[in-house]
Amino acid sequence: MAEYRQAAWEEPLILEYRARGPGYVVSGPDEDIARRVGEYRLPRSRAYRESAPRIPALSEPELIRHYTRLSQMSYGVDSGPVPLGSCTMKYNPRIALRYSYDQRVRALHPLQDDETVQGLLEVMHELQEWLKNILGMDACSLHPAAGAHGELAGVLMIRKYHELRGSTGKDEIIVPDSAHGTNPASAAMAGFRVIEVPTGSDGNIDWDSFKAAVGERTAGLMITNPSTLGLFEERILDIAREIHGVDGLLYYDGANLNGILGHARPGDMGFDIAHVNLHKTFSSPHGGGGPGAGPVCVRDRPVSGGARLPDLLPGPVVVREGRRYKLKWPGEKSVGLLRAFQANTLVLVWAYVYMLSLGARGLRLAGEVSVLNTNYFARKLLSLSKGGYSMPYGESRPRKHEVVISCERLREETGITAEDVAKALLDSGLHAPTIYFPLIVREALMFEFTESEPKEVIDAYIERLLEIEETARRDPEKLRKAPTRTSRSRIDTVTANHPRTVTPTWRVERLRKEGVLGPLR
Amino acid sequence: MYHPWIPNSSRISEMLRETGYSSIEELYSDIPAGARFKGDWDSLPIGAGRPLSEAEVALVMEDKLSRVRVYRDPPPFMGGGAWPRLVPAVIEEVVRRGEFLTAYTPYQAEINQGLMQALFEYQSLMAELLEMEVVNSSMYDWSTALAEAMLMALRVSRGSKRVLLPETMNPLHRRVVETYLSPHGAQILEYPVDMETGQPVMEAVEDLSRSGLAALYAEQPSFTGVVVEDLEALGEIAHRHGGLFVVGVEPISASVLKPPGRVGADVAVGEGQPLGIGLNYGGPYLGIFAVRWDLRLVRQMPGRIIGLTRDSEGRRAYAMILQTREQHIRRERATSNITTNEALMAIAAAAYMALLGGEGLRRVAEVSWYNSHYAAKRLSEVPGVRSPLFASEFISDFTVRLPVGARRVREMLRDRGVLFGIPLEDSFKWSTRGDVLLAVTEAHSKRHIDYMVEQVSEVIGEVGGV
Repeated sequence: MAEYRQAAWEEPLILEYRARGPGYVVSGPDEDIARRVGEYRLPRSRAYRESAPRIPALSEPELIRHYTRLSQMSYGVDSGPVPLGSCTMKYNPRIALRYSYDQRVRALHPLQDDETVQGLLEVMHELQEWLKNILGMDACSLHPAAGAHGELAGVLMIRKYHELRGSTGKDEIIVPDSAHGTNPASAAMAGFRVIEVPTGSDGNIDWDSFKAAVGERTAGLMITNPSTLGLFEERILDIAREIHGVDGLLYYDGANLNGILGHARPGDMGFDIAHVNLHKTFSSPHGGGGPGAGPVCVRDRPVSGGARLPDLLPGPVVVREGRRYKLKWPGEKSVGLLRAFQANTLVLVWAYVYMLSLGARGLRLAGEVSVLNTNYFARKLLSLSKGGYSMPYGESRPRKHEVVISCERLREETGITAEDVAKALLDSGLHAPTIYFPLIVREALMFEFTESEPKEVIDAYIERLLEIEETARRDPEKLRKAPTRTSRSRIDTVTANHPRTVTPTWRVERLRKEGVLGPLR
Repeated sequence: MYHPWIPNSSRISEMLRETGYSSIEELYSDIPAGARFKGDWDSLPIGAGRPLSEAEVALVMEDKLSRVRVYRDPPPFMGGGAWPRLVPAVIEEVVRRGEFLTAYTPYQAEINQGLMQALFEYQSLMAELLEMEVVNSSMYDWSTALAEAMLMALRVSRGSKRVLLPETMNPLHRRVVETYLSPHGAQILEYPVDMETGQPVMEAVEDLSRSGLAALYAEQPSFTGVVVEDLEALGEIAHRHGGLFVVGVEPISASVLKPPGRVGADVAVGEGQPLGIGLNYGGPYLGIFAVRWDLRLVRQMPGRIIGLTRDSEGRRAYAMILQTREQHIRRERATSNITTNEALMAIAAAAYMALLGGEGLRRVAEVSWYNSHYAAKRLSEVPGVRSPLFASEFISDFTVRLPVGARRVREMLRDRGVLFGIPLEDSFKWSTRGDVLLAVTEAHSKRHIDYMVEQVSEVIGEVGGV
């Protein structure tokens, strides 16, 4: 395997540069304008800021070198594999970059009249239609800015549904213990109590606990299927029947949609509401933490007094009237606006280009190869492992988009933890999997290769994981020192969080030195 | 079938064999029959059904994008939460760097120090602009930053559920606040402004605050363009009645106006879009969120924060900090459900601020001030036009009252190549058919403004104003 060595610049902070810019010159004011307008009167205002913000200006070459160096100390799918489980880090095709960052999209004002953006509204409308087909749903809103934002939209719709039906006391949302943290957090933001149900040893929801949790107070259920264990919930139809039996709604967290793409659809399994992460399943790049987009879709079912579930969708929805498209801003029944404007449009265009490039057939192929990659990895690793790695929950069952490997036995035997394994992978230039998640698996290593990784990359992970297993037994100290080939070694998170040393901005560092700021309290 | 983005698509049977599965179908065998898709997936209308080549995709996209109208010369005279501003070319290059563009949230800090430094720099530059100590690495946009600030205020204040908002605030932001607060039994009140000056009526604010507050909010400048002269007084009222003082800013204006940290703000929110991000037809933008150096506030704030620390060898390093507020640790007790945010836009904003510097930002504001005042003055010379409507300072946005319906004017101007302002007719109880909110920035030239004013004058004449 090629030796990995990441750049390790001692790159100063922008705030440590001495000002020599500006790197960008704004001309003006125009002489005629200055003559007509006269004196710059803002300084006479009581609200005027006497001194400029303490921000140095870098010249253009300094600026681009600064960011080039920082990028060399960063790692994305362009650098190598990023098998973070539940993150679906696919390759981000560049034809999609070309059109999503096209100036004909970037220069459009969100409040431009619909008549002037027909081509783009057509893109958005088709995207809505395609998502409906993929999810088995009847209506979509592209409004939410991220997956968690889509979840919030969904639980607000559940709330509104019960409100419009005049059902009181529906204040509980059921969430499995394997759920993403966003599910309970979103439910709480919408004012619900969260009822957590455990997972059985087969990887399905524990049926008895689930039955005990469902009741008159149940407003709905939030679940991702396949689960974060990469397992399809085998009793999903029974679950749907139970929830609907108490007039609850089923919410589908689309983070794991790649696992069933082309084979099953939330709408066909009884889900009423679903969100999808365009920055996962549909290849929009993650940008180091965003932007994303989390469209939310619903089945068409009656709510009350003529109102139907699609009427509750948030934000503007693109509608077609004859041959014209327009944005339909939220009406009375809608949960309302969740952000100022329509959508994270650039992200939508990216996903549109990806879906256009693959079509129904190509998307099915993508889903299938991602599932194949997962099972290839899991079976091969477990067959070659000397017992340090295991695959808890439903051991004989095929995984879908992701697999959770536990290195608990390795830790018991050698003291080497999931974190140590993760750091050791980094030293080979292989990004670590998600670790310590889901919470129900001890020493969890959650891998999702997606369809983008070639067999050779998966083999490299297997090889490296087996090497780590062996080194753990022979020389565990060596692993505890990892990583040594990345731009920094292990990070001191205690200092990072201590009230006396916590430094969220350079301003805090400066004012603390000057004695202006004390400990955070 | 082989696809170039799916390398293993050419060796499916080989991998199945090695894995011991007989078919792809077998990998899905645990999906119960009743839960499977029963139709013919490949014939569902998704894309063109079959995969398209890059060249075929380009033809489709060129056709779509040929059917949008970009207002470049002149740029839109419209703000309202997203502004036409110059975007330096170098910013575009920074955000296209693959190591940033295609990275995930930096959960593995050691291999993503560059990304984390870039985000820490955004937080640090924004902290200097706002003179606030703690900044998170972004919210979705101004409106959600504001809504989450209100939720935070409800948690911090513990007693009162009353939030006091300005009458003239951005109506879209107001709607987002209503959505976010709707499950929490909060009471939303609004305080009036003086119709001559657009300034808040302090006595009324005081009266409305008497029975206690969770938060008092002010925009600087206001949605209607008015520079609020005495934010300090609003802050004092908020604090006297137990509420948090939340200030919303447009960042270019913040470089020439007293920053939130100087007027008593507990929380500052705002829209980072003017900082090199582009109009983007609604998003992505950049929600600014900052608080004072106070544990009570920091502990309750939403969003991700990157902090400065050391590595095991004592070298400067960065880590995600104060994570016990966040959903992946705290679940239903988290301060927010946010995880994916607008990190890449935060990097763009940091690069923009670093390129311009503090003085450069002020220059952008000053040029905008000249251009908008020129536009306001020229418009005031058109018979029947009241420009600006409010007798207060303004920077790039200002409200104008036309003698005819603003919607009609805007429609007619569209065909003359002018994207005019936002009609305010339905936004406020005081607004008339003729009221319109304009934005004129450094992106507009004298020629642009002159052309706009001529067209407005002609159109008003045609509609038969005065």
